[in-house]
Amino acid sequence: MALNDRAVQELKEKFAPAVLEVKEFRGETTVTIRKESVVEVCRHLKGLGYNLLTDVTAVDYMGRDPRFMVVYNLYSIPAKERLRIKAPVTEADCTIASMTILWNAANWLEREVWDLMGIGFTGHPDLRRILMTDDWVGHPLRKDYPLQGPDREPYKGRLS
Amino acid sequence: MATTETMTVNMGPQHPSTHGVLRLVIELDGEIIRKITPHIGYLHRGVEKISEHRTYHQTIPLTDRLDYLAPMSNNLGYVLAVEKLLGIEVPERAQTIRVIMAELTRIKSHLVWIACHALDIGAMTVFLYAFREREKIMDIYEKISGARMTSNYFRVGGLSKEPYAGFERDVQEIIDTFPGHFDTYEGLLTENTIWKQRTIGNGVISAEDAVDYGITGPALRGSGVDWDLRRDNPYSGYENYAFQVPTGTNCDTYDRYKVRMVELRESVKIVKQALDALKPGPILADDPQVCYPPKESVYNTIEGLIHHFKIASEGFPVPEGEVYQGIEAPKGELGYYLVSDGGTKPYRMRIRPPSFVNLGAIEKMAKGAMIADLVAVIGTLDIVLGEIDR
Repeated sequence: MALNDRAVQELKEKFAPAVLEVKEFRGETTVTIRKESVVEVCRHLKGLGYNLLTDVTAVDYMGRDPRFMVVYNLYSIPAKERLRIKAPVTEADCTIASMTILWNAANWLEREVWDLMGIGFTGHPDLRRILMTDDWVGHPLRKDYPLQGPDREPYKGRLS
Repeated sequence: MATTETMTVNMGPQHPSTHGVLRLVIELDGEIIRKITPHIGYLHRGVEKISEHRTYHQTIPLTDRLDYLAPMSNNLGYVLAVEKLLGIEVPERAQTIRVIMAELTRIKSHLVWIACHALDIGAMTVFLYAFREREKIMDIYEKISGARMTSNYFRVGGLSKEPYAGFERDVQEIIDTFPGHFDTYEGLLTENTIWKQRTIGNGVISAEDAVDYGITGPALRGSGVDWDLRRDNPYSGYENYAFQVPTGTNCDTYDRYKVRMVELRESVKIVKQALDALKPGPILADDPQVCYPPKESVYNTIEGLIHHFKIASEGFPVPEGEVYQGIEAPKGELGYYLVSDGGTKPYRMRIRPPSFVNLGAIEKMAKGAMIADLVAVIGTLDIVLGEIDR
């Protein structure tokens, strides 16, 4: 965990106003930062050796404010360590800066987050839906999107 | 006055060499590819959404249907993530059987890859041989789990049941016979002039670009990046086995072919070591809150009956928190990001499918090539639409 410790310490020093929380759970490190600084922080981490953007996803904490949390899973191939960066996004201003300027891997991953969660990525070169059809209305992974789909009765189990 | 203009060609979603329901809209200048726009999502079933409404155990069968050529790898990644969230230890025997099955799954998945990849480029014989061998592993699947593809064999905390009598003999037969079969495939392909002409220099992607696009697994190792999660972040006891991690140098389809052929042999070696290390013992963790009690206990004791009823009817609560578990699936890094709110269902389950991210680089790899070479690029990426669309 040598690189993770160093990264967390550097983030606390260099981006002190942006770091909201540092958490350790089951041997994994998660750093929550303000969304305005997410690109700067990741650029710094990429310089430290976190060269692989494994995953971009989002969680909908409906009822909380800010409602969404965008999650970046970074990995360092030289140091074999994982670091998770999270950035809160409010429902009113549901956008965050795109990570495509740092990693091309972010292109499709961010399109999926936009498609299923409805979070916009400013600066993304091609922000279209990816899994749902182009004319789909709504974002299925949001917690207020019904499981059975819109305009359908919820499944009540077998009647027999 | 002659004018030239590009032509847009639609490939898929019903096209045999797109390995499922992949649709590519290709802009062509003669036969040269200028632009590729992939369209995916034809197989989207909303697995991530459904899992938020199922207990942790009920999600395991959904994971079979992601990468349906490697069901047990999907099961393994998922149960490891839940176990990490719970913080429970899995008995050694269960871990060893998981490794055996995961490596057989890798062989099975790579056999489909070599079969379809070779068929796409015009070598039909390999297809027939590889599917014949794959059937041996399917038989083990069927005997151990009851299903050829939708295995649903692993459980949170261990395995659903003991392997059948004769399991070790069947696995031993694979260890004894498969290296010879791999020699046959390599004899048909490695020095085959047509194969070499179709694959050498095809779909080149540098190590730097491959990392930039997030490519993982054999496709990344073919570009010379020496990284394998089984060795570098071991899980399920992989640290106990000795195996080589092959890498390529020319970053092309031929090198990715060679990497996967070495991986097939290394998987057999891991299976052999795991089979030698297999000892009798429990196959499920001793945690009545999480694991189903043995049937004798359910039928004969009130505690067993209560535990069984509680787990079956409402599932088990999982501590609040979030974890990410990545495993080296046959196609690359398969990751599960689980968020729990302390309830009996995942608050959020994110699947990071290797094929989805790898396919994102297709334009980078095939731009400027001939349209016939695109088929080779799709084959070498080894994609499965089940996990791309989820």
